[in-house]
Amino acid sequence: MSTEQLTPAEYIGHHLSFNAQSVGDTGFWVLHMDTLVVSLLLGIVVFGFLGWVVRGVTAGVPNKRQAFVELLMEFVDGQVKTIFHGNRHAFVAPLALTVFVWVLFMNAMDFLPIDIMAAFYQHVLGLHKWRAVPTSDINATFALALSVWVLMIFFSIKVKGLGGWIHELFCAPFGSNPLAWPANFAFNLIEYISKPLSHALRLFGNMYAGEIIFLLLGMWAATGLVGTFFGALLGAGWAIFHILIVILQAFIFMMLTVVYISMAHESH
Amino acid sequence: MNINLTMFAQALSFAILIWFTARFVWPPLIKAVEDRQKTIADGLAAGERGKHELEISAKRSAESLREAKHQASDIIAQAEKRATAIIEEAKENAKAEGERILVGAKAELDQEVFRTKESLRQQVADLVVSGAEKILRREIDAKAHADILSAVSSQL
Repeated sequence: MSTEQLTPAEYIGHHLSFNAQSVGDTGFWVLHMDTLVVSLLLGIVVFGFLGWVVRGVTAGVPNKRQAFVELLMEFVDGQVKTIFHGNRHAFVAPLALTVFVWVLFMNAMDFLPIDIMAAFYQHVLGLHKWRAVPTSDINATFALALSVWVLMIFFSIKVKGLGGWIHELFCAPFGSNPLAWPANFAFNLIEYISKPLSHALRLFGNMYAGEIIFLLLGMWAATGLVGTFFGALLGAGWAIFHILIVILQAFIFMMLTVVYISMAHESH
Repeated sequence: MNINLTMFAQALSFAILIWFTARFVWPPLIKAVEDRQKTIADGLAAGERGKHELEISAKRSAESLREAKHQASDIIAQAEKRATAIIEEAKENAKAEGERILVGAKAELDQEVFRTKESLRQQVADLVVSGAEKILRREIDAKAHADILSAVSSQL
């Protein structure tokens, strides 16, 4: 593999470089093609599959495909039901399903062996820089978290009205005494800032760290026979543990989404 | 690790996926599941109802069986009673008929006896008259003594 000519820093740096396409003058006008293409491709495949199954859906005896999709749906629906009290079928439950499935599959890209895939991208697809795990791109996690954040504010205003929302900004959680207004507002401000931050960074951190560990193990594997043996062994162990993290992080991301949205529906 | 346009592009695809799921995936799926739940619940309820109805009809059929048995034994008892009554009546009728026949026969017999006596008396009277005629041929005029003769024959 070509990594043997690289220093460890270069190896890791290479694996952590995005396929960035500049579409403007400043640093902001950049698109990470790898993140976008992989996540969109996964979205099309997975949600296309769901749409395909749902097209042939029957209320009678379901086939195995449909039973599997229903199992997934009922798992998500069960979680949403415990948190959100309202008409969840209109928006919140589909949102939760979208978040869970999409994040799960974006996280699952981490299972692909990182160096083999890098060689595949480079030699077959001709892509020198390509990161396969969209959720280890902070843009992707912030995109999801901020979308949820916008929805949270939207539902807050929709349920309580603009006045009600502003009232809540100043009068919760410490009461409507004018003296408490600054404290309330500061409290809410911190909450509104910390929610998307923790939401996005939790997922990003987990997936990024997972990728780094794989890279470190891959680097160890390049040091010699012993390193290869232990690198492979620990790599397998970490991959198995990573299955848990991938599912858990997708689940947590979904749960936080539902919690935030349902908190927006409740007035204090 | 810098935030750039990727985030907005990603958010756009997220929005599209949410729309797709909320529009095309979730509603038919939840409808199918709820329809099936309803079907199963209905089926269970129907089964329960069927079981209940079976119990009721079993009870009803046992009752009607018992009633039929009861009626049958009633009918048999009635028939027996009727049969004895008919036999009794027939006996009665036969006895009455016999008596009637007996009475008729006796009357006929009496009549016959009476008629025989009558004819015998007539014959005796005739014999007596002819005997007396033979004896008293000359002295007795039939015309003159007709009243005496009829008195005698009526006394016989």
